Amino acid sequence: MTAESGGRHPAPPGAPILELRKVSKSFGAVQVLYDVDFHVAPGEVMALVGDNGAGKSTLIKCIAGIHPIDGGEIVFEGERVSINGPKDSADLGIEVVYQDLALADNLDVVQNMYLGREQVGTLLRLDETAMEKRASETLKGLSVTTISSVRQTVAGLSGGQRQSVAVAKAVMWNSRVVILDEPTAALGVAQTRQVLALVKRLGEQGLAVILISHNLHDVFEVADTITVLRLGQNVAEFKRTETNQQKVVEAITAGTLSEVPGQENEVMA
Amino acid sequence: MSVAAPPVEATAPATETLSAYARRWWNNVRGGELGSLPIVVGLIVIAIIFQFQNDRFLTAGNFVNLIVQTAPYAVIAMGVTFALLLGEIDLSIGFVSGVGGVLTAILLTPDGNELPAGIVIAIAIAAGLAIGTLHGLIITKVGVPSFVVTLAGLLAWNGVVLLLIGTKGTVILQNDLVIGLANDFLPPGTAWVLALVCVAIYAATQLVRLRLRRAAALETDPPLIVALRIVGLAAALLIIVAVANQDRGVPYVGIVVAGLFVGWSFVLNRTQFGRHIYAVGGNAEAARRAGINVDRVRIACFAIVSAMAVLGGLILASRLRSVDTNTGGGQALLYPIAAAVIGGTSLFGGRGTMKAALLGAVVMLSIDNGLGLLGLSSGTKFVLTGAVLLLAVTVDSISRRGREASGRA
Repeated sequence: MTAESGGRHPAPPGAPILELRKVSKSFGAVQVLYDVDFHVAPGEVMALVGDNGAGKSTLIKCIAGIHPIDGGEIVFEGERVSINGPKDSADLGIEVVYQDLALADNLDVVQNMYLGREQVGTLLRLDETAMEKRASETLKGLSVTTISSVRQTVAGLSGGQRQSVAVAKAVMWNSRVVILDEPTAALGVAQTRQVLALVKRLGEQGLAVILISHNLHDVFEVADTITVLRLGQNVAEFKRTETNQQKVVEAITAGTLSEVPGQENEVMA
Repeated sequence: MSVAAPPVEATAPATETLSAYARRWWNNVRGGELGSLPIVVGLIVIAIIFQFQNDRFLTAGNFVNLIVQTAPYAVIAMGVTFALLLGEIDLSIGFVSGVGGVLTAILLTPDGNELPAGIVIAIAIAAGLAIGTLHGLIITKVGVPSFVVTLAGLLAWNGVVLLLIGTKGTVILQNDLVIGLANDFLPPGTAWVLALVCVAIYAATQLVRLRLRRAAALETDPPLIVALRIVGLAAALLIIVAVANQDRGVPYVGIVVAGLFVGWSFVLNRTQFGRHIYAVGGNAEAARRAGINVDRVRIACFAIVSAMAVLGGLILASRLRSVDTNTGGGQALLYPIAAAVIGGTSLFGGRGTMKAALLGAVVMLSIDNGLGLLGLSSGTKFVLTGAVLLLAVTVDSISRRGREASGRA
């Protein structure tokens, strides 16, 4: 099977690890996602792009188990799974790095990286030594050299350092799929470079990466495939090497919709 | 307990040098991480001022009084720190402590069907846990702010105190064990042995920690600093025991407070539950996304607050040897919260320690005790205590500005 761009089922180098089929979601009367399909394979960086309100955040929250999906199915390693809470997706090896990073400022780097999954030694005592060691190793493995001490509180870190901590936290748990929500949104030029390099390294280490971004320049730098959402529907899917920014922008702003939101009733009537 | 010799290894990886350690400490202080520095300075100033005004302040007798007077408020302050760490408040601690005291006194009244003291204390603590769980359930599951729930608690538990006491007006505590808590003293020899055991255990844990971190090739504190910490604790404990033994000795409540302090410090700093408390207080959303059951942590904390309030009330009753309709009013609410805040616990959550509560209580009660020695009216006492509270919080606010300027929020 050869890959083709824009098709519904291209075959990436490996079989997809995570696949969404006709996922829909609405909040009350407002339908946010209409039959969204996408898939990502191990070692692949898949960029999810779209304008504000395209449903990107809702989609990842569905995968992360924050919102339950209303329809469609989520397939993980070829098997249909139901994700009903953050724990379910974490158990599958899906980790999300949110835009607001979800770090506790009053805790240090190690404590944040192990939050909720602390290693407990004898007599309920936390195994600080083991945690500190592994946290340092993980940061080193991702070539994060900007953090001088893993025992400083996160409050004292810069935006890029925080992003690195959040990413390291996500990959430390033998995770298979890492979802990054706007990882470069609030960063300066040098820090953006660092984070993009980090994203690339995640792909090289065999993780499936879903990158959500507004910045097409960033997307074209690291992504292997690009999925475009528009008004809650996926309107196009590209391979980075076979497209250009122009085409992606067109899809984001004017991609063909299969249904027009707000007009379902008229169609039915 | 055998104290291991410090592992000498010249090529130990990344032992922070002494000068680097001192520099980091000074940077922290300038950046607003004052730790217990202001409160220790404050205590010294208080001691000097009161000693000048009345030379009975720094006597062994008054020192023992101070331990007994501080104990109940220190216990309640340690408890309420668990609510403050979450960024919540518990205004009911005063009258919950009253409920604890009154319940104990009534159940111990020798009217033919009194219960053994141990069982009564267990019942009182269980009542505290139940009260706190009730508060916690309403706060988390119904979503009523803790301020309102515990304000309602303040009124309701005051009512319960009055209902329990009924028409009697006063209930005399008539159990030697409970009265002995605040009125009996450790034999001098026992106190010395206990102090030495504490120092030995502390030294052992410090050295084990040093060795484990070296084995894992992690950065360690300079050995001199570790030694200074151990010597510092030894000096403090031995001075306390030596001074107290000149008078009546170390009161049993002192041991109770020390035990609670060590136990809860361990829970907060070394266990998963404690870590989760700080996480919920620092960023509840992050904690929730990390899979922490935020509601359960909150409920457990409110249960701890009320149980500790009950213990404090029990100690207060023991000291006064009776409970009456005023039990749990006034100081029992405000002193512990003031103590925790003076010690440096943030009202916005995420920052605070047992040490802060303990030292804050010592400051509050030193002032109370000193002003009492001066024979000042309670009006003057309250005005001055209020001024000190304001001063302490001002120091914290200014250091907070320092923290923000240096990006530590």
